[in-house]
Amino acid sequence: MSRKPGVVALVGNPNAGKSALFNALTGARQKIANYPGVTVERKAGRMLLPNGEPIEVVDLPGTYGLDTTSPDEEVTRRVIMGEQPGQVQPDVLVIVLDASNLEQHLVLAQEVIALGRPSVVALNMVDLAERDGLVLDPGALASELGVPVIATVAVRRRGLDDLATAVAAARAMSEAGPPQPRARLTMPERRMMARTMARGAILSETAVHRLHARLDRVLLHPWLGPPILFALLFVVFQAVFSWAKPVQEALDGLFSAGSAWLRAEMAPSLLRDLITDGVIAGVGSVIVFLPQILVLFFFILVMEATGYMARAAFLMDRMMAGVGLSGRSFIPLLSSFACAVPGIMSTRSITDPRDRLTTILIAPMMTCSARLPVYAVIIAAFIPARQVLPGVGLQGLVLLALYAMGIVGAMGAALVLRRSITRGAASGFIMELPKYQLPTVKDLALGLFQRAWIFLRRAGTMIFTVAIVLWLLLNFPRAAPGQDQVNASIAGHIANGLAVVVEPIGFNRDIALTLIPTMAAREVAVSSLATTYAVGSNDEAARAVGLADQLKRHWSLATALAFLAWFVFAPQCMSTIAVTRRETNGWKWPAFMLGYLFGLAYVFAGAVYWIAVAAGLG
Amino acid sequence: MMTLDQIPLGAPARITRVDWDALVPEEAQRLQALGLDEGADVQLAYRGVFMTRDPLAVEVGRMTVALRRIHARAMQVELVPEPVSGAGA
Repeated sequence: MSRKPGVVALVGNPNAGKSALFNALTGARQKIANYPGVTVERKAGRMLLPNGEPIEVVDLPGTYGLDTTSPDEEVTRRVIMGEQPGQVQPDVLVIVLDASNLEQHLVLAQEVIALGRPSVVALNMVDLAERDGLVLDPGALASELGVPVIATVAVRRRGLDDLATAVAAARAMSEAGPPQPRARLTMPERRMMARTMARGAILSETAVHRLHARLDRVLLHPWLGPPILFALLFVVFQAVFSWAKPVQEALDGLFSAGSAWLRAEMAPSLLRDLITDGVIAGVGSVIVFLPQILVLFFFILVMEATGYMARAAFLMDRMMAGVGLSGRSFIPLLSSFACAVPGIMSTRSITDPRDRLTTILIAPMMTCSARLPVYAVIIAAFIPARQVLPGVGLQGLVLLALYAMGIVGAMGAALVLRRSITRGAASGFIMELPKYQLPTVKDLALGLFQRAWIFLRRAGTMIFTVAIVLWLLLNFPRAAPGQDQVNASIAGHIANGLAVVVEPIGFNRDIALTLIPTMAAREVAVSSLATTYAVGSNDEAARAVGLADQLKRHWSLATALAFLAWFVFAPQCMSTIAVTRRETNGWKWPAFMLGYLFGLAYVFAGAVYWIAVAAGLG
Repeated sequence: MMTLDQIPLGAPARITRVDWDALVPEEAQRLQALGLDEGADVQLAYRGVFMTRDPLAVEVGRMTVALRRIHARAMQVELVPEPVSGAGA
């Protein structure tokens, strides 16, 4: 037995529960990468056949048919046909159907089965169908389709063993002979057949008041829906701050304690300073934001998994249409509140190319979680923790204003872009509203783990490197006795040049110094300010003073406000630039993005500074 | 002649004719893929937020599809007197 490891591909309409089935089949060990040359995600994992033989499982992008309209669907078609570079043709296709939406899903199933490849149908989410009062007969469906049909409930792990057995059998058959294509029907014929087959497979159908219809009556209500959405978003952003806070403070305490312990244990040396001021101060100040990022992603994942995200898109479509976009842009833009990188990647679901480009260009203006560290530090240092109204603090209001500035800026930019550079026919909005579903703990945990890992890897590699490089730039060459270390360093000299440019908008030289490494990622601003002021102070007493006090000592309120305004717009994130280049296939659009966002940042920071100075806050 | 955007909420209807030429080709293909085609039984479930009449949520079979009024206007419908349900149709 020297067979090469087999490949099974999951094929299905969007919302067929493919990803849940994939997670259930493969467990946590998944490899996520891109197909070579395209920006479509390839998700692969491994499952065991009943005889203990491992087989690779590939989760293909959801599609409505093999006549494709998007790059994602094109990948699905090419993999099935064995034309996708970097992917061997699957031995067995598992066609995933939503049991309660057979009329629709059988259209694709017939098209795929007609190819004659070894196929197995997973009649998924039969529990939801039963909830809808629908009892199905997999046997009847199997004889109509001519392939095995296995009833599954991916999230409850029902039917998985039977599915594995059927896959093994189909695979054994595939080795017996070449595929036998069947007659291809036309689209209307397939639709007719789908309807007939769906009706034939239904054993009984009771008119249960369907849960999703009842929920939609409230959540999509023309007057109740939008306030509920906004209330939900408000809760999300409140939670991001309040839930994460205790964990954050604990982490912060841990890093300070570690730093203090090292200072006490190690003899004073450059190495000790590198570890405490460079590594711990730099990386630690970023890692403390992991709790916030996890809370935000938790809500986004829940909204996606429950099916509410599509409702949010529906509710926001009218508003987005006002600036020339569609409800589909709402999801990428909302994700961009966590991070613009997944946000920009999720613009792939936008079918209109101009619509998509506009969304990519404005996504970096959504206040991403990397800005939170910067905002949090500056606000804590400069905005008094005063109650404006019961339960409403001034600090929270300032933060809300920063979020609002980003949104208004993005909407304004979209309006201008849609009338100039990305002008074209008004984009449409066509989207399936999936059934409501309870998310499973396992799928959520897996999603959160993948997000946390991406973040920590970034903190461990790029931010770690930047923290060390910056520390080196700040510490060499060494200052002569009596001379200021920052002024003598290499970074100090670079900053001197930049300072001339940013001085008119109220930035001092320390800020100019910070902006250089912050090109890597916005959150680096905090660690680099921490490093700058830790190095700049010579005596131990001054070092003990927290970053907030250091900032208050060196910055005016007007400067702090200008700094906040700068970060609303400035595209200081290597990852965003890189993903934009990848998603737009070239340097033209990332270059444009850098230019217009830095321009906006400069103008707005300047305006805020001079208004603040005029108001006597300088 | 009535179009899909004009029928009362919840009233069962059937699409009789679609003016595909009035739609962007990709959008026409997408609507077809979602089952919004001549002969499909539909119901208008929701219409707009606040005072607007856009977008629409249409029930096709057991699926709900969101689309804009501009798409619905290209679809002529007739009201179906009895709700079509299950195998009896």
